[in-house]
Amino acid sequence: MTAAAPRSGEAIFSSFERVNAELFTLTYGAIVRQLLTDLEEVEEVNKQLDQMGYNIGIRLIDEFLAKSKASRCVDFKETSEMIAKIGFKMFLGVSASVVNWDADGSCCSIILEDNPLVDFVELPDTCQGLYYCNVLSGVIRGALEMVAMKTEVTWIRDVLRGDDAYELQVKLLKQIPEEYPYKNDE
Amino acid sequence: MQFFGGSELSPSPPTPTGTGTENNSHMIYIFNRNGVCLLYREWIRPLHTLNFQQDHKLMFGLLFSLKSLAAKMDPTCADKGNLGVPQLPGQGCSFHSFRTNTYKLNFMETPSGIKFILVTNPGTGDLRETLKYIYNLYVEYVANNPLYTPGTPIRCELFNTAVNQHVKSISS
Repeated sequence: MTAAAPRSGEAIFSSFERVNAELFTLTYGAIVRQLLTDLEEVEEVNKQLDQMGYNIGIRLIDEFLAKSKASRCVDFKETSEMIAKIGFKMFLGVSASVVNWDADGSCCSIILEDNPLVDFVELPDTCQGLYYCNVLSGVIRGALEMVAMKTEVTWIRDVLRGDDAYELQVKLLKQIPEEYPYKNDE
Repeated sequence: MQFFGGSELSPSPPTPTGTGTENNSHMIYIFNRNGVCLLYREWIRPLHTLNFQQDHKLMFGLLFSLKSLAAKMDPTCADKGNLGVPQLPGQGCSFHSFRTNTYKLNFMETPSGIKFILVTNPGTGDLRETLKYIYNLYVEYVANNPLYTPGTPIRCELFNTAVNQHVKSISS
């Protein structure tokens, strides 16, 4: 019996219950605003957003796998395609593409065509250095860690900081094979 | 430390007291990739031989080794490591059930390392769709539950009820 092909991101996205996009954007904005008030340091806020994203990612991966019926990817290239084509589409309704592969296939860039998190947002001068969408990098890192890949995800280009697009760099550090967890204490 | 949040601890739907012909399932286990037993429920299990911790370890170890063995014996796969070398979850072929004369063990592992084991009567058919459905229930009630800490035993009543209901509807 052949395995069913993973469902397309568009199909899954349209089968989900929707929430008002502005509500989503404004809620996220309120979170960042509150973090800035509580933590004051922009670096701290970046770290906190990444941590929040990580906590989301470790749960999101199961939802992604269940809804998209995806099976294990053969290599990192396939993984990145999955994230860009199915993952972003499914959860944010955003089309993304994978570019800039390096020589050994362990590092690539994902470019987002649009970004619902940043509607209506402008960074003031006091917040230079803030990665407003850092939660997304945490989500990818968390999700990939649960499928045995240790990665490093960083923002290369960010429209809020003056660039022309949103570009995330995903770098595979290593794969973590499954180990027998019980030490010899039979 | 108890590993399971199920029939003995919390008020739950009564297990069927009938002849057992309505219920084809004996037990269910859910493990995560670190061997923590997230859920264990039993409906029909006349014989208990080990205490729960040993039982869970045994089950996990059995499946871990079976998976590894099945992958290494795969005649269609060109690249095989040595037996005993840890594999990435989902790599290689995956087995989905084994059957004895008294029970059938159905197994499904997700790429994220969550393992679903359902032990049923030997007459049940291919339960992969059932296990996939239970995975969907897991996502809905457990993964998306903010009060649940990933990696700890599941104590969500809604999940337990939903699983119970679905499992009872398996026909042989």
